[in-house]
Amino acid sequence: MKRHLVLGFAFTLLGGGAFAAEDMKMAVTTSFHNSGLAEVLLPEIKADLDLDVHLLVVGTGQAIRLGEAGDVDAILVHSRAAEEGFVATGYGTHRREIMYNDFIFVGPADDPAAIGTALSATAALRRIAETEAVFVSRGDDSGTHKKEQSLWSNTGLDPEEFGDWYRAVGAGMGAALNTAVGLNGYILSDRASWLNFGNKGDMALAYAGDPVLFNQYAYLPVNPDRHAHVKHDLAEQLEQWLVSDRAKALIDGYQINGEALFVFNADAEAEAEAAPAQ
Amino acid sequence: MTLFPVTLTAARAQRHGKTLVGPIDLGLGGAGVTAVIGPNGAGKTTFLRLLHGTERLCSGTIRWHCSTEEARHHQAFVFQHPVMLRRTVLQNLCYPLALRGTPRRAAEDQARDWAARIGLGDMLDRPAPMLSGGERQKLALARAMITDPALLFLDEPCAALDGRATREIEDILHTAKAKGMRLILATHNMGQARRLADDVVFLLRGRVHETGAAQGFFNQPATPQAKAFLEGDIVE
Amino acid sequence: MDTLWGGLTKAFWLVVTRDSDLLEIALRSLQVTGIALAIASVIALPLAAFLAVRRFRYRRTVIALLNALMGLPPVVVGLIVYLLLSRSGPLGVLGLLFTPTAMVIAQVIIIVPLIASIAHQSIRDLWQEYHDLLISMNVTQGQKIRTLLWDCRRALLTASLAGFGRAIGEVGAIMIVGGNIDHATRVLTTAIALETGKGDFALALALGFVLIALAILINLAIHVLSRTEREGRW
Repeated sequence: MKRHLVLGFAFTLLGGGAFAAEDMKMAVTTSFHNSGLAEVLLPEIKADLDLDVHLLVVGTGQAIRLGEAGDVDAILVHSRAAEEGFVATGYGTHRREIMYNDFIFVGPADDPAAIGTALSATAALRRIAETEAVFVSRGDDSGTHKKEQSLWSNTGLDPEEFGDWYRAVGAGMGAALNTAVGLNGYILSDRASWLNFGNKGDMALAYAGDPVLFNQYAYLPVNPDRHAHVKHDLAEQLEQWLVSDRAKALIDGYQINGEALFVFNADAEAEAEAAPAQ
Repeated sequence: MTLFPVTLTAARAQRHGKTLVGPIDLGLGGAGVTAVIGPNGAGKTTFLRLLHGTERLCSGTIRWHCSTEEARHHQAFVFQHPVMLRRTVLQNLCYPLALRGTPRRAAEDQARDWAARIGLGDMLDRPAPMLSGGERQKLALARAMITDPALLFLDEPCAALDGRATREIEDILHTAKAKGMRLILATHNMGQARRLADDVVFLLRGRVHETGAAQGFFNQPATPQAKAFLEGDIVE
Repeated sequence: MDTLWGGLTKAFWLVVTRDSDLLEIALRSLQVTGIALAIASVIALPLAAFLAVRRFRYRRTVIALLNALMGLPPVVVGLIVYLLLSRSGPLGVLGLLFTPTAMVIAQVIIIVPLIASIAHQSIRDLWQEYHDLLISMNVTQGQKIRTLLWDCRRALLTASLAGFGRAIGEVGAIMIVGGNIDHATRVLTTAIALETGKGDFALALALGFVLIALAILINLAIHVLSRTEREGRW
């Protein structure tokens, strides 16, 4: 028994990732993973490129930290300002837009703040603030959280000054949705996470459609000049695949309950945005 | 191996600044059974441990005929409350032999032999801690004697035992004595001391109060305290 | 109540149908924790015996430290191991981050103090019992430690099982250093966290029941095995 364990350990040591195919690590956001799209794309990537993509599912903030530390080979996130900073500081080679989905407001089915009839996302948030209906914020510096903050700043209101009705939970999308369901409050979620969410309770989609709520995903390979060990070749292969027609068909065709979630918008021909001078 | 004579010169043991025994000046010769007697608290156990080397000597000297280390190697100690290893009877008997590097086969043969001698021959695989008091003490005795020590210390070995177990143990001790093993026995059972001892060390308040041949001591103690003790009076 | 029941039935079906994903992550849980436990025991048990028999200057400090470290928050351990193993950290060149090895390292750190503390108490008690005998027999330090470890083996088994329980149910540290990568570092606990995040409580619960059942089974198996030695109880 003991010998087996020791052997097992030796194997574990030797083969951190002892797989026949090549593998790379990519940090993705929780919202992307919760959409379920990864489960469609990864087997196809494996089939086409013989490449195992190991996903690290984290918030945008942590994804960028992982990229900066060189612990992953590429990141797929949705927070433009942070992404541009990542490229500007030389940690990422460039930023390649792949697709977008949209954010939605989820709330109690009876919609106490009546945001369903609001004309814009900003107006919807104002109504929530005026009625002081419970609002759950991710509060974890994630892409979704950053989006929410920018939406609040459009209203001219400061979440710092909100009362008890504004709850920053400091958790991932799923945990925050669980909290919102428990508190019967409003929450900003990406559409995919909500559709795939299993514990909807008495909650429903309350507001969606404002273009300001569109959520652009971008792919950023980690710069091999910063971290010589990153698998840049594989990251580039993956990028070529992600902008291909094949990926387009899979992404546009992905549906949950008959609803399309993502819109592919990568420009396969265009040169990727230039990397900054080294 | 010759351990004796052993000479104690102003030997003293103390704990927390309080003298437990000593200073003791005493010489012990190389044959027979020495009974260490005296009232409770006189320091019998500490005296034995001091000689054995498990109680630290804080001043004075104890000089064996050979080196102290060699002397220690040829001694064994039987405690008032036998310490049983949480193992079987057989394993308890094998333990001291294993420590000395005796091959397992030979050790087990010897252990079986001893187990039979102390009447535990059919309990070889019993867990030692589950034996009765008498069986435990016999096992402790056999375990101490299995390495054939030149000197065996016994600290009240029969204090908690019934008559039958006491007799069995005394029989074993008689045999050992006949084979030339040196015994130093602390006891407050005067009958036992009379039956076994060749000479006597009478301790009082941590010091040697009187020594002498057993017969003389029991028949005609030299000091009034020894006399009072033998007559069953309270001696302080 | 519905969710609880749903979780139970789902767990039942997952096990009955030998769901391949479940099998994979359950085996990985066992493998990671098993290896961590073996390494931690090899470190913790002799350490416990050493602390019980050896008097040295900072002995009490070390024991107090071990006791305090029993309550070490796994997340903190995870974070520290992450920072050490990160490509930008001191051990980054080893490339161990997000591998089962990293999870083993984190678990070893978490359970060594636990196993050592529990084992130390039993060994110390046994040492009090054996002290006079072993000193009288003039045993060497090594013989002493071996005797105590062997004769304390039941209590040490219990200590190790406590470590096993803590390691296999741990999620905070291995989530950080393992990354919960599908088919690479996903284990039962991280899968439970993931499914809870997705709001799929029934599946999360089902995995939880499998985890509990696994822990109970291992404990029972070990107790049955150790009793068949027929050495009685004392």
